[in-house]
Amino acid sequence: MSARTAPILPAPASWRLPDRGIVGMVSLIVAETAIFTIFVVAYLYYLGKNLSGPEPRQVLEVPVFISICLWASSATVELAVRALRRGSTRPFGLWWLATIVLAAVFLGGTAREWYHLIYVEGFTIRTNLFGTTFYSLVGLHAFHVMVGLVGLALVQAFAFLGRVGPEHAHRTHVLGLYWHFVDAVWVVVFTVVYVIGR
Amino acid sequence: MTSDSLTLGGAGAADARDGTFLETLHDWVVTVDHKRLGLLYIVYGIVFLAVGGLEATIMRVQLAAANLHVVSPQVFNRMMTMHGTTMVFLVGVPILFGFGNYLVPLMVGARDMAFPRLNALGFWLTAFGGFLLYFSFLGGDGLYGAGSAPDVGWFAYAPLTSTAFSKGHSTDYWTLAILLGGFGTIGTAINIITTVLCLRCPGMTLGKMPLAVWMFFTMSAMTLVVMTPLSAAQIMLCIDRYLGGHFFDTQAGGSAVIWQHFFWMFGHPEVYVLIIPGFAFASEIIPVFSRKAIFGYPAMVAATTGIGFLSMGVWAHHMFTVGMSSHANTFFALITMAVGIPTGIKIFNWLGTMWGGKIRFATPMMFCLGFLFQFLIAGLTGIMLAAVPFDWQLSDSYFVVAHFHYVLLGGLLMTIFAAMYYWFPKATGKMLSQTLGRWHFWLFVIGFHLTFDTMHIPGILGMPRRIYTYEADRGWDVFNLICTVGVAFQALAIVLFLWNVVRSLLWGKDAGNDPWDAWTLEWAVSSPPPHYNFALLPVVRSRRPLWDFKHPEDPDWLYE
Repeated sequence: MSARTAPILPAPASWRLPDRGIVGMVSLIVAETAIFTIFVVAYLYYLGKNLSGPEPRQVLEVPVFISICLWASSATVELAVRALRRGSTRPFGLWWLATIVLAAVFLGGTAREWYHLIYVEGFTIRTNLFGTTFYSLVGLHAFHVMVGLVGLALVQAFAFLGRVGPEHAHRTHVLGLYWHFVDAVWVVVFTVVYVIGR
Repeated sequence: MTSDSLTLGGAGAADARDGTFLETLHDWVVTVDHKRLGLLYIVYGIVFLAVGGLEATIMRVQLAAANLHVVSPQVFNRMMTMHGTTMVFLVGVPILFGFGNYLVPLMVGARDMAFPRLNALGFWLTAFGGFLLYFSFLGGDGLYGAGSAPDVGWFAYAPLTSTAFSKGHSTDYWTLAILLGGFGTIGTAINIITTVLCLRCPGMTLGKMPLAVWMFFTMSAMTLVVMTPLSAAQIMLCIDRYLGGHFFDTQAGGSAVIWQHFFWMFGHPEVYVLIIPGFAFASEIIPVFSRKAIFGYPAMVAATTGIGFLSMGVWAHHMFTVGMSSHANTFFALITMAVGIPTGIKIFNWLGTMWGGKIRFATPMMFCLGFLFQFLIAGLTGIMLAAVPFDWQLSDSYFVVAHFHYVLLGGLLMTIFAAMYYWFPKATGKMLSQTLGRWHFWLFVIGFHLTFDTMHIPGILGMPRRIYTYEADRGWDVFNLICTVGVAFQALAIVLFLWNVVRSLLWGKDAGNDPWDAWTLEWAVSSPPPHYNFALLPVVRSRRPLWDFKHPEDPDWLYE
């Protein structure tokens, strides 16, 4: 057969594939969900299996305020992305900053809770099974909030420098997906730790 | 079909720039090219295959006869642990993800993976995970000893891994190495999924992807949900060992059994994560060497995803002897046996592909034929072990060891060799020697059957796995000796293979673009492919785009 190149077929009229940012982020969320599932299962499995005190009801307060802050930050991040899509960078910057503040309030609240538990109640990760599972699960979530906060802060830094425009709306949307995931996980962790577990 | 036939893109002229050794090294270290990363993965896996094989050889020599003391019991335990961990995490996973990396973008007609830098991160995380594991030989005891490797078995059952029973740092190296490698693997899995979903060339709908792409996609999707429980369990183990937690501390009410659940929730699906790429190789190679399109493409896709789903519900068949409820036993036994159905469909379809075909007995096809026979037997002993009472008798015996080595060597390794012979010409531009390939095949098959057919028998006679040595009057001696003799044949086969690689790289005959007259897109570009893969993104209309190009008078898309 003589040398020839492949005939160029006409491309199908509409050839659209999913966006890779979204697919990648959704895959990451699936993987993270599996990690959290294992920690939640361990938490539920070990409920009431303590060999020594304290029990959850004796030391845990329900963190209503900071939880509302975290869930509210899902709304603010969404408003920020929508503002950016419209091309209004100023409202974007403000909503984005609000998200960061709400997330920081949440982390501060967790820090206060842990400080109280450790230094006032003397309840640590070594105390009993409840301590091990509580600090691990809540800590794993707090770690994810921190990672998200680093991402949010980077975008904020660029926004301050005036480098964020409507062309970045899609990327902030992808980061927003991660943030929604972190908030959704808190719904589960909150229910498991402070409602069922207590 | 000769090398001057089809080119979808420029020749490899851009690749042919020679630099100094340092420049070349630098290029490879900083590369984000999926082909180079794929080759790095594969070479890394082959190096550790040799290391893990050496560890296995040490164990087999120790077990060759009763009451031997070739190595100490401590060394034996380390060899056992390192062999298992190495073969799963540093050989199987890297080689298969390496092939996925190399082939998926080429097969779907893309210029690279979706996230090239994540790809490089994934490789280097995996690589340093392996180095960390092997550094334990030096640093395992920390500051107060000569050092030692992990010795807790590759599944590291609690509470053996607690600080009370595993002093020093060897277990820490084990857990951190696996955590690190796991993150790398998850990153690469995300990458493959995104590449398959988002970067297919125009016209390649999901139903027109090569079967191998479907299988790499399934493997990656499974990896997302099975590698992560292992990472979670390793984090818990770290919390126990470093922070004084009680997850697996039975003294404080923790459970040793829950570690088994978490581990096998990873461990069993992992076997399918490993074997599904094996199926991928067979599904590409068997049609090409039978000169027929794959038989039952939709059934193959359905069977692959079916195995993916079913495999999530089989883990506790490793735990029948733990003492679960009869309901749990029944559930896991039934799901395990059900996996046999989609697997049977696959074997049927491969046979259907060969039926009436014009079979060419080239080296890749020979390894695939060996795979078909051996994998069938491996599956049958698997179904035997899924029967709970049978498992009660033979759990943790050499019968189980023989079973899973039948799967992983007789099944997986055979297809990996097939894939090496099949795609080596594409990756290097040189053919591997057919003569040496035949020696490799026959020596390996003979050695494999000597070792692993025989190994079933001492298992049935009651020889437990993981033992250091045994008494002479048990009737196990002769079988163990035959097992050890088989190792020599396998080792020789591997040496011949490595020699074949070196020899072919230096003096091999040129392969051209399409030495096998194949049908998937990677054979449309030069060998080795240019950095950008396709100068012009291809447009496809059927599952065998190259067939259509070569036979415009009788294209596949008329019939699909």
